[in-house]
Amino acid sequence: MIQYIIRRVLYAFPLLMGVNILTFVLFFIVNSPDDMARMQLGQKHVTEQAVENWKQQRGYDLPLLWNSKAEGKEKLTQTIFYQKSAGLFLFRFGISDSDRRNIAADIQQRMWPSLAVALPTLIVGLLVNITFALIMVLFRNSYLEHAGVVLCVILMSVSSLFYIIGGQFLIGKLLRLVPISGYEGGFSALKFLILPVLIGVFSAIGANVRWYRTLFLEEVEKDYVRTARAKGLSETRTLFRHVLKNAMLPILTGVVVVLPTLFMGSLIMESFFSIPGLGSYTIDAINSQDFAIVRAMVFLGSVLYVIGLLLTDISYTLVDPRVRLS
Amino acid sequence: MIILWTDALIFLLIAVMLLLGFYLRGKEYIKRPMQQIARSKTGMMSLTVLIFFVVVGLLDSIHFKPPEGHGNEIISALDYWATPLREHSEKTYSAPFAVYLYSKEMMTLPDGTEQWGYPRLQFGGAHLADPETEHLPDILEKAFYGWLQGAGLVVFFMVLLVSLLREPHKRFIVSPTAKAVWAVVFLVVSVNYMLVYLSAYYHVFGTDKVGEDVFYQAIKSIRTGLVIGTLTTLVMLPMALVFGIMAGFFRGWVDDVIQYVYTTLNSIPSVLLIAASILMVQVYMAAHEEKFTSVIVRADMRLLFLCLILGVTSWTGLCRLLRAETLKLREMEYVQAAQAMGVRRRVILLRHILPNVMHIVLISVVLDFSSLVLAEAVLSYINIGVDPTTYSWGNMINGARLEMAREPVVWWSLTASFIFMFALVLAANLFADTVRDAFDPRRGAYE
Amino acid sequence: MNNPILSVAHLSVSFNHGNKVVDDISFDVYPGETFALVGESGSGKSITALSVLRLLPPNARIQARAISLQGDNLLRRSEYELCRIRGRRIGLIFQDPMSSLNPVMTIGDQIEEVIKLHFDPPQQALKRRVLELLRQVEIPLPEQRINDYPHQLSGGQRQRVMIAIALAGEPDLLIADEPTTSLDVTIQAQILALLKTLQQQTGMALWLISHDLALVSNLADRVAVMQQGKIVETGHCDEFFRHPQHPYTQKLLDALPSMQSCLTHRRQETPPLLQVEDFKVYYPIRKGIFKRVVDHVRAVDGVSFIIQQGKTLALVGESGCGKTTLGKGLLNLIPGTAGRVTLDGVALDTIQGEALRQKRADMQIVFQDPFSSMNPRMLVGDIVAEGIQALHPGVSSVNRQERVRQLLQQVGLPEDAAQRYPHEFSGGQRQRICIARALAVDPKLIVCDEPTSALDVSVQAQIIELLKSLQQEKGVSYLFITHDLAVVAEIADEVAVMHKGRIVEYGSVAQVLSEPRQAYTKKLLGAVPVLRTENKPFADQGKEAVL
Repeated sequence: MIQYIIRRVLYAFPLLMGVNILTFVLFFIVNSPDDMARMQLGQKHVTEQAVENWKQQRGYDLPLLWNSKAEGKEKLTQTIFYQKSAGLFLFRFGISDSDRRNIAADIQQRMWPSLAVALPTLIVGLLVNITFALIMVLFRNSYLEHAGVVLCVILMSVSSLFYIIGGQFLIGKLLRLVPISGYEGGFSALKFLILPVLIGVFSAIGANVRWYRTLFLEEVEKDYVRTARAKGLSETRTLFRHVLKNAMLPILTGVVVVLPTLFMGSLIMESFFSIPGLGSYTIDAINSQDFAIVRAMVFLGSVLYVIGLLLTDISYTLVDPRVRLS
Repeated sequence: MIILWTDALIFLLIAVMLLLGFYLRGKEYIKRPMQQIARSKTGMMSLTVLIFFVVVGLLDSIHFKPPEGHGNEIISALDYWATPLREHSEKTYSAPFAVYLYSKEMMTLPDGTEQWGYPRLQFGGAHLADPETEHLPDILEKAFYGWLQGAGLVVFFMVLLVSLLREPHKRFIVSPTAKAVWAVVFLVVSVNYMLVYLSAYYHVFGTDKVGEDVFYQAIKSIRTGLVIGTLTTLVMLPMALVFGIMAGFFRGWVDDVIQYVYTTLNSIPSVLLIAASILMVQVYMAAHEEKFTSVIVRADMRLLFLCLILGVTSWTGLCRLLRAETLKLREMEYVQAAQAMGVRRRVILLRHILPNVMHIVLISVVLDFSSLVLAEAVLSYINIGVDPTTYSWGNMINGARLEMAREPVVWWSLTASFIFMFALVLAANLFADTVRDAFDPRRGAYE
Repeated sequence: MNNPILSVAHLSVSFNHGNKVVDDISFDVYPGETFALVGESGSGKSITALSVLRLLPPNARIQARAISLQGDNLLRRSEYELCRIRGRRIGLIFQDPMSSLNPVMTIGDQIEEVIKLHFDPPQQALKRRVLELLRQVEIPLPEQRINDYPHQLSGGQRQRVMIAIALAGEPDLLIADEPTTSLDVTIQAQILALLKTLQQQTGMALWLISHDLALVSNLADRVAVMQQGKIVETGHCDEFFRHPQHPYTQKLLDALPSMQSCLTHRRQETPPLLQVEDFKVYYPIRKGIFKRVVDHVRAVDGVSFIIQQGKTLALVGESGCGKTTLGKGLLNLIPGTAGRVTLDGVALDTIQGEALRQKRADMQIVFQDPFSSMNPRMLVGDIVAEGIQALHPGVSSVNRQERVRQLLQQVGLPEDAAQRYPHEFSGGQRQRICIARALAVDPKLIVCDEPTSALDVSVQAQIIELLKSLQQEKGVSYLFITHDLAVVAEIADEVAVMHKGRIVEYGSVAQVLSEPRQAYTKKLLGAVPVLRTENKPFADQGKEAVL
């Protein structure tokens, strides 16, 4: 088990290296630092001097991959690639290109609002979806189930944007139950969170209930369910004691893999509801073309994904007695 | 005739599909699921709706310079046909079927005095002398005539078909599925005919901020949705197919490398990858302005790049599925029997592995289509989708969402994009379900 | 005789308004007796059992005049009332204990659940009762096993747990649906002996459902034979096996392979075709951070044997003994680790690449499962022609088609078979296609990997007949891999008994089957159910087998 974890962690290094090289290629090989500087400073009327200053302040004045002027080891280290990547592996994200803020501090501050939206959405969603799926399976081959399936397809055919716009309009504007958008720290965050969580849950119901229903139905047809019924268990007890337990395995592990990435927040939700989380941070960075932030977020996302994979494997061994890591 | 990149690829896609269909005709393992689809009512009804969308999309993919055009203007066959709709633009917002503009402005009355009020629209309801009394009856009357003509058209063709078809082919009309399909055809044709008929006199879905007809925008967006849903598949499919099967079949270091590549790609949040790539494309386009002669060429290039990037980010899922399936198949006894008979590896791949994973490919392609159409809207919202000048439902929503705060609410752009998008995605989802039921061996089509 | 415990009158079952799978059958089961329902696959015997307890999927339609449990018509009972009967008054065990047990619940919990549901005793008594049940079904060290999950047990132990679950409700009737079909023959003997003992202890009635007439003849008091949804014959066991009335029953009994048939074999020396010396197939076990190889699984651990031209060597062993690995290893479908394999003077272990590919024509294989051994996307004609195409690319398409036609005719398939797909054929017919495919390249040796195990007994006899006649006609040799000693007697000239990767006994079929030298061979032979025409309690025989 320990050996397995160590191996997975070792495997994560080439993976993160790959991610890093890919983002580096996307940002620096195709666009030169000069282009970036001009874009940040505004396209017109930029003097060479201003570009040089901008580059020097942000450490983009070095060669990309190979410093022929430097000596020995520094030929590799005194480059943009090394300087910018080595820091990432130590979680030193540096400063942002546009407003020169400390990225690490921003991330630390902004991940909590993201989590405050994403975690309740996940948990409430899980409960709601499993409940509906169970009800549908309990009444399988009835009109209730048939109607449920049709409703699911209809719900999942609506773009999530419409759920957000519709929800904001109906609850926020017409009924005036909660503020349309915004965020505050502490307990007063609650009234800002209800709407995004509600909409987040609702927009995922169609697809997830359908998926869980298939998972349950797959289990219901298995032989051990017949055994359970032959024991004299009622339909509901068979479902809850036997089917649910087995079907929860893929559901739970599917949840575990996204747990770490919850910190990253949801891009659309946060920007629609003006929640100062990492999702809106990323969108702002994309819109202001701040490569330092985008690169930090890409790296962070990959790290969290790798952690998620590892947690999935571990959680398998915890919930499924058949799985042993080796 | 001008062929844009996406046009060329769309026609290529159609050619490939025709070739594939020709090659697979009469093969038992395709024929039976196909027959099951043909028997399914929902499947055929949704397919009918999809075909209507595809026809509009194709019409919009034939581009040429208009005969009396000026400058670099390029229009499509659909534009040509909808010229009045395209050119009937107002000053700014107007509600559906409105005869007055949404906002007040200073008007000069016939008697020379100036007045602050809602001016009449230039085109919407311009034929009415006295809107107060004639407005509603006129709409109803025109709607009824339009609908009647559309309905008459369908009925005429049905009667023609009934009289032409001989006995064994009569089932194309009388079987329960055929009846359902005809009902859909009747509904779609008559309603659309009515809308088109009406839009000669009114803006049936109103106009947007710059006064452009929303109905026209929604129709033009069909092509964008279809292109993203299909061309992305064209990009993603070869990668997923080749890498997935190779990883599963050869295992060893080939498998390790391919797994490494897709885990790496997977670990990057896909929105960020798309964002980074789109930023890159933008910079490239800004640096090479001379290559993109007209707005439409430029927008088309960006659309193509979006498909490419979406394809690159989305092949990993299918690749993983195919790898798992190939791993399973290569242990099947018929593959071992072929090995024992000295059949070469590449022949085994082509003859035994490939045909037996095709159902997975087909199912995932159809399932992906609707999620790609939905993804377009979201990406356009974050400004990393299609070009702002391209007509797309995402851009329509993006432009309209801020107007929800206005009083009275400007709801028609959203409604129009909602209706069109919902119809396409719902039809695609229902059709995907039917395809999956028919092709998934676990669901009993093979037993 | 006293009143029946279960009485089924005019029962019919159909699915989705299709044909009747069970067609108007009636029978009774009396207290304390063993009633056997015998039939080939698809005859509707399992569906009959499930329909009694209404455990069929919802698309099934059950019709009957009455299904009475001690005079109480179950058809009139609601679903709720039926839950009180399932598990409590009628216990059920199924064919595959692995899939029939919940994989994520401990076996203790799964047994406990039944007791709690029907008796609800205090916690202490509950635990005691579970242990008592585990002891009753002879699971060693029940205190430790009680917290195990099903996958931690062996196949036989799993079936014992299933029996414990069925016994937990103290039922009056135990329905055993093919309880030993997925088990090895020695384990089968143990499980059957256990069932008999339990029946004697508790006095419950046992309704046994099986396809195996020999097994039934040892165990049952009364027998009913089912064919295509109908019961064609019912009778007392001794009477039934001595004087079968119905032609179908007679056909079934004739098809049973007989252990005696080997004694009549002629022996005649021919030159050796395949020589195998010290052949090994090892799988590495990797451990540690860098997955270093720390040990090997010795699937095949140094076996040597010779197959003569035109003769059959049977390779016998229980599941997991390495016999299939050996067969595939010889064909180079799995790389061999060490050893010499010489086929017709050519050392197969030294050649590779194109030379090996050409040599493949001499050695072919027929697999166990006739459903997964043919590509469902190919026409039968193309399947048979595949080998010719690959190894004799010079043959013209007309000649190839002619050859395919001949081959299909030789294995007894209809004229139009080449233009049809595999799924249109029955299991036996598919196995014929596989034989035709193997014959297509004129091999000198065919490895038959359990070719009859998935087939019904009457079909099995036909396939063996076909293999024998082809051998006489073409002089081809067989390596016949099987777990079934009775089949060995029918077809083999020589026998090698395999156990844990090694050959423990090797000799002529008459010698091995009639005078086995090794204890393991004796144990195997003792466990094979032999058709008995006199009613002798099976329990005694089972005990012998275990010892």
